[in-house]
Amino acid sequence: MRIITAEQISAAVAELCIRANRELPEDIVSAMNRAAADEPWPVAKNTLEVLCRNIAAAEEMELPVCQDTGMACVFVRLGQDVHIEGDFRAAVDEGVRRGYELGYLRKSVVADPLRRINTGDNTPAVITLELVPGEKLELTVLPKGFGSENMSRLAMLKPADGVEGVKRFVVDAVRKAASNPCPPVVVGVGIGGTFDKAAALAKHALLRPIDCPNQDEFYARLEEDMLREINSLGIGPQGFGGHTTALGVNIETMPTHVAGLPVAVNISCHVTRRASMEL
Amino acid sequence: MEYRLKTPVNREELNRLRAGDMVYLSGEVYTARDAAHKRMTECLDRGELLPFEIRDSAIYYVGPTPEPPGRVIGSAGPTTSGRMDAYSPRLLDLGQKLMIGKGLRSREVIDAMVRNGAVYLAAMGGAGALMSACIKSARVICWEDLGCEAVRLLEVEDMPLTVAIDSLGGNIYESGPAAYLESLKGGK
Repeated sequence: MRIITAEQISAAVAELCIRANRELPEDIVSAMNRAAADEPWPVAKNTLEVLCRNIAAAEEMELPVCQDTGMACVFVRLGQDVHIEGDFRAAVDEGVRRGYELGYLRKSVVADPLRRINTGDNTPAVITLELVPGEKLELTVLPKGFGSENMSRLAMLKPADGVEGVKRFVVDAVRKAASNPCPPVVVGVGIGGTFDKAAALAKHALLRPIDCPNQDEFYARLEEDMLREINSLGIGPQGFGGHTTALGVNIETMPTHVAGLPVAVNISCHVTRRASMEL
Repeated sequence: MEYRLKTPVNREELNRLRAGDMVYLSGEVYTARDAAHKRMTECLDRGELLPFEIRDSAIYYVGPTPEPPGRVIGSAGPTTSGRMDAYSPRLLDLGQKLMIGKGLRSREVIDAMVRNGAVYLAAMGGAGALMSACIKSARVICWEDLGCEAVRLLEVEDMPLTVAIDSLGGNIYESGPAAYLESLKGGK
């Protein structure tokens, strides 16, 4: 059994919050650069070039890439042979508090959805905990902005709707979102499970680099199909028109009930941020 | 077309702008987003004066990140304007001339813009660091308790903006994608 202290967890989460907000992951940066190079429509090309300049400027100026530094979604893969010394939940929140203060990140969380008083330190984190074999602790911070989160959707389709129904729902979600989520977007899709699991899968799909297709070839092809359809909508970067409406589509699935076909679409903007660390 | 404008802008200058034009905006701009718009509306409901002159004003929908040492403001890109749709027509009828944000607006907002000769400018969504560099000064003028949502007075210089919806109702979010899709047909 291995012991990991609450302080180790707090320090890691704090660092990940800051890093994720200033430096975009490699797969996103190269997808943006490639999109800027390949975009055929001049207005769209120019827009993508400005967005690429912003990514570089943020790193150089040590500023967040986007002012919406998000709700801190923290994904934890906890080895079952690890013993955590101290309060785990409190340790993660302390990490978020520290990271958002020391990193000059925006505090965007209200304590109650209807009474809406800002918590002042961006806590609580949204924690997803998975128990895995072994004695490691893997942490990933995905700061999720709400311009794109607000454009997300979920539907309980009928099994008869099939692949075409799922495709239509996903492409429609992006069409209706239009310029609002700061396209080009990254589209996380969750298919199967239950009502709540479909949403969790869609969020989880955003953790996978967009240059890694689904390992199941059937779904890898579906990802490609959806991306092609989305990029023929014409919305373009910022919604000003053009080819590049999405950078990638990631699908995650799980078994579901004989009577159901839950589908969730979690939209993320071109500032799709994630940073990981292993303890 | 490209224009350089300085606030306060007059109606003639705004009438020239067409959806898709570039504007480099300088001068004083107020910041306000969800919570500040709600408070403005509550002020008006109570018959009180707003904390700043709304007539001829420019409002940027932004909640910046805190300023690190040596900077006047942190990251400062636009937030989604549609959430202000419930409040904007009333402010436009009181003389607000420029809205700066990103994304779609409701029919009611566009009608109020046309009625009052106002213009909606799009800032580059997600380009928080670049937008920050155009802001020369910033100070909170009211509702400090709202944190990132407090109303600030900004002095901006050559802020690069796209005319998203002009004072005749021309709309880049419709005409832009339509023109791109039309160009594909031409190529076939």
